Amino acid sequence: MGNVVISTPGMPLPSEKLFRKQTLVERLRKGDEAVHLLTMAGGWSIILITGLLVHHLWVYSRIARHQFGWHFLVTSTWDPVNGLFGAWPFVYGTVVTSLLALIIAIPIGLGAAIFLAELAPRSVSNALTFLIELLAAVPSVVYGLIGIFLLIPALTAIMPTFQKFFGWIPIFSGTFYGVSYFSASVILAIMVVPFIVSISREVLLAVPIAQREAMMALGATKWEVTWRTVVPYARQGIMGSVFLALARALGETMAVTMVIGNVAQVSTSLMAPGYTIAAVIANEFTEATGDLYLHALIELGLVLFAVTMIINALARLLMLSVRTGEVVS
Amino acid sequence: MGAAIEVNNLNAWYGSNHILHNIGISIPANQATALIGPSGCGKSTFVRCLNRMHETNPIARVSGSVRLGGIDLYSDMEPVAVRRRIGMVFQRPNPFPTMSIFENVASGLRLSGGLRRRQMEEICERSLRRAALWDEVKDIWKKRSGASLSGGQQQRLCIARALAIDPEVLLMDEPASALDPISTSKIEDLIFELKADYTIVIVTHNMQQAARVAEMTGFFLNGYLVEFDATTKIFTNPADKRTEDYITGRFG
Repeated sequence: MGNVVISTPGMPLPSEKLFRKQTLVERLRKGDEAVHLLTMAGGWSIILITGLLVHHLWVYSRIARHQFGWHFLVTSTWDPVNGLFGAWPFVYGTVVTSLLALIIAIPIGLGAAIFLAELAPRSVSNALTFLIELLAAVPSVVYGLIGIFLLIPALTAIMPTFQKFFGWIPIFSGTFYGVSYFSASVILAIMVVPFIVSISREVLLAVPIAQREAMMALGATKWEVTWRTVVPYARQGIMGSVFLALARALGETMAVTMVIGNVAQVSTSLMAPGYTIAAVIANEFTEATGDLYLHALIELGLVLFAVTMIINALARLLMLSVRTGEVVS
Repeated sequence: MGAAIEVNNLNAWYGSNHILHNIGISIPANQATALIGPSGCGKSTFVRCLNRMHETNPIARVSGSVRLGGIDLYSDMEPVAVRRRIGMVFQRPNPFPTMSIFENVASGLRLSGGLRRRQMEEICERSLRRAALWDEVKDIWKKRSGASLSGGQQQRLCIARALAIDPEVLLMDEPASALDPISTSKIEDLIFELKADYTIVIVTHNMQQAARVAEMTGFFLNGYLVEFDATTKIFTNPADKRTEDYITGRFG
């Protein structure tokens, strides 16, 4: 009784071919292996490209790194003539404009996405979504022109009145000349809203009807269903859209440099002109005379890479803390 | 306490599709009423008309009257108010995955507002006890998500959630069809106990289940209510030939 019988009389044993180890060609012919290899190559290429990128930024910034060390990050002097380079005004400008852009864009983008997904008739929603996705395809130099010819004159017109009431708050103080952190943030906000809207709309539409009905059956109004069930259910996707918007804002170059003023200084006031990392690299790369100058600019690229990584990591940590308690069985 | 439901001349459409034809039925208070019939016969649509969920689809339409304790749900009440008096449990458990077990049960209470947290916890504990889930979740109900429970537990969580706002009627649309036999029998035991306080309407594919839990049974076919009578009568001596064919397994 101790033996396990795996074949009964009359049933033929499985043919030997099934047990034999298959050759590579045989496995490739079945498709699974081929797809596995191809997709794996795609996956590794991402790591390879990232590695090469960091390696190059690291190698070609070595002179500046050796010269300034960590001081590069915290000093504010940017004086190519005397060979003094400090990244702080650019890091500050990049982070401030990107975060302010998100503060402006998130309520607008999420509001539009909720309207398009939950309230608007499907035909209106599809038409508007098409237009919004078109906005994402407009070249950034066009947004820069809009900033110079439309936004800045408009802001210049309303700012004196605005400052009469809110000028006492440090972030709104000082004379407004048009080009400023604030103008750059508004343009960035306009540029990233389409990302937030179109992705958030998709994830809101993907929330199962069962979730909506569960809340509705408890006597919830339409708005309560949206705000208490649909949006929380979709929050991970919404946060994903915000990450994408943030990445776009941090790296945006052309539109920002056209409206931010390109002054390497750090100001508390959002009304003052400033500079960002991407903008200074683009503007000064062609005129970088001497290895130290060039290496300082490339080190700025390395810093931008690090800033992007750190902010994304923080955002992901935030998302994890929000997700606590959600145990998927 | 449960309340009786009086349905007269109820018709329902889905687009141009006429799904329910002139349904008239008196569902008694504090009893379980089972609705049986083959797939697509309109029994699910019927219960969705009772709490005005059918009309939430833009192409759906309803006519006729449904009275709960004498009040017409369609002409005298807002849909939101109807659903607070007539709770519903769906075929597939649908807890809110982003909320804890406690938050799930409290979700209906939060809509009306005005409760202190202490009161809310008391009501939620009582609802979880009534749904026979309390002993299994009392140590984790504030920490774990509603979606972390097993399927049968999730369905009892959904029952607790529906009970928390203290409705008079509980509609159950095939509440056990996605569950294993043990979870199913737990849900059936629960229906037995809940009858004392609620009127229960249960849609089921499972005729044994109807026979086990319900005092009254209605047989739906092609959008018509063919027969409505005491469960024992329906299953032993049906008046209509079509009912007999269905319960003896000749079709469906």
